[in-house]
Amino acid sequence: MKKALVYIALVLGVLIFLYPFAWMIAATFKPEPEIVDFALWPRHPTGEHYRFVFGKIPILKGFLNSLVVSLTVTASVVVFGAVAGYALSRLRFRGREAIFNLALLTMMIPSQLTLIPLYTLMAKLGWVNSRLSLIVPAMMSSYATLLFRQFFLAIPQSLIDAARLDGCSDWGVLLRIVGPLSKPVVATAAILTFMGVWNDVLWPLMVIRDQELMTMPQMVALFAVGGQAEARLGAQLAAATLLALPIIVAYLFLQRYLIESLASSGMKG
Amino acid sequence: MAQRRDERTGYAMILPYLLHTLLFLGYPLAFAFVLIFHRWNVYTPMRWVGLANIELLFSDPLVWRALRNTLYFLVVHIPLQLALALGFACLLNQQIRARAFFRASYFLPVIISGVVVTILWQQLYADETGLINVALDRMGLARVGWLTDPRVAMASIALMATWKNVGLYTVLFLVGLQSIPRELYEAAEIDGAGEWHKFWHITIPMLNPTIVLVLVLSTIGGFSLFIEPYVMTGGGPVNSTLSGVLYLYKQAFFFGKMGYAATIGFFWAAIIFVVVLLQRRFVEREVTS
Repeated sequence: MKKALVYIALVLGVLIFLYPFAWMIAATFKPEPEIVDFALWPRHPTGEHYRFVFGKIPILKGFLNSLVVSLTVTASVVVFGAVAGYALSRLRFRGREAIFNLALLTMMIPSQLTLIPLYTLMAKLGWVNSRLSLIVPAMMSSYATLLFRQFFLAIPQSLIDAARLDGCSDWGVLLRIVGPLSKPVVATAAILTFMGVWNDVLWPLMVIRDQELMTMPQMVALFAVGGQAEARLGAQLAAATLLALPIIVAYLFLQRYLIESLASSGMKG
Repeated sequence: MAQRRDERTGYAMILPYLLHTLLFLGYPLAFAFVLIFHRWNVYTPMRWVGLANIELLFSDPLVWRALRNTLYFLVVHIPLQLALALGFACLLNQQIRARAFFRASYFLPVIISGVVVTILWQQLYADETGLINVALDRMGLARVGWLTDPRVAMASIALMATWKNVGLYTVLFLVGLQSIPRELYEAAEIDGAGEWHKFWHITIPMLNPTIVLVLVLSTIGGFSLFIEPYVMTGGGPVNSTLSGVLYLYKQAFFFGKMGYAATIGFFWAAIIFVVVLLQRRFVEREVTS
């Protein structure tokens, strides 16, 4: 009896979280007058909304822009995070503790404080309306550095000493000994960085004006807010569905890793 | 010898991070203090205005409106978020089948872009054509101006934000629940404690670190609202959903007031910092098991 109630509550939860998405996807295939309806299946399926979206905005270009920016930033954050994390955990040099404390401190600064000055810096560098402003300021992260440092601290020193005796440099140790052991932390850092950059809208809205350079979420947000969607429900939902699609597909394959990474990011507090 | 090699490699490895932090965090941080005392639209030369931006900040009704809106958001969002996330976590912590499926379903809105979620909920909340009002209509209840009634609009955004994030906090609570030692409950049972007693005297105190974490994260989330009002309401109706970040964005990019926008950003960051500090100070308890 108690068990039955638990399952009823759990299934109710599934409906609350999944039904809106299912309805949204179905609505994109319904003719406009049919959208305001609870049905999850279009009675007269149509592709007009998608044709409209593809005709109005270069959404594929937006997808590729987002992909290029997110992948570049992710690769950079992982590589530089691992290198800096290695120095902070396995090498002795003066000022190391100070730099570690500095990294901790930077994580406590609310981003609202630096938002406008960072924008004016982009303006001075001439990076407004350039991918550089989306990529370069995000290329390194204190959080990833600390994540790698924490992980590397747990690797036994004997392993590193052995490699060094064989004539391996620290760069070699990082690449050949520590690197292959670090798949879990690389996955976490990569997923968090990728999701953060992929879903960000505020910064792209500030620094990118040219539609050809816009990220996908930015393009879809402006499509819905501006006049381009011409208040057509179906077209707005179709653009939103296209934006959700890559993440839903990735989620189908990587859900366990995505959930665990994002949950661990919560733990940083 | 090994020491010297350590030093040189160490500096070489940390240098890129240091330079990057200096340029893209240190410099903007310092420049924020310059901007506060200037009027600047990025295109023409900066003009020193002394304390004018700060005076404007304290007399600007829209700044206080944004702060009030944010508090309204938090008052609706945080209790709901804590209760629902803890509730779902307790359900998932039972001996059940398909736990991974349930967890993954609740988590889906967490990973979907906020832009998708706001466009979707804008439709659900619509006055005439929104599914929620259509459902209320069919049940014979009065329609609600979810995004058009200034008294309701911010609560509607808070409800949507809860729906989007509750999956993340459910997973955090689930991790917390699973780390509570079983012996604590067994010992309490020997003393004849009921379910309710165990919940209030073991589960809640043991979950204190998770509760603080959820509190802090959702508070920061509340103060960072931007895309929700930007897409759904533009800050309206009558500024009832204006958020600090949206106001700062408008000052900078609609009116070209970088100095004033930076001042708002500084003020907003200071409030976040203090609120989070107070939460840690007054809610955090030592947990000993």
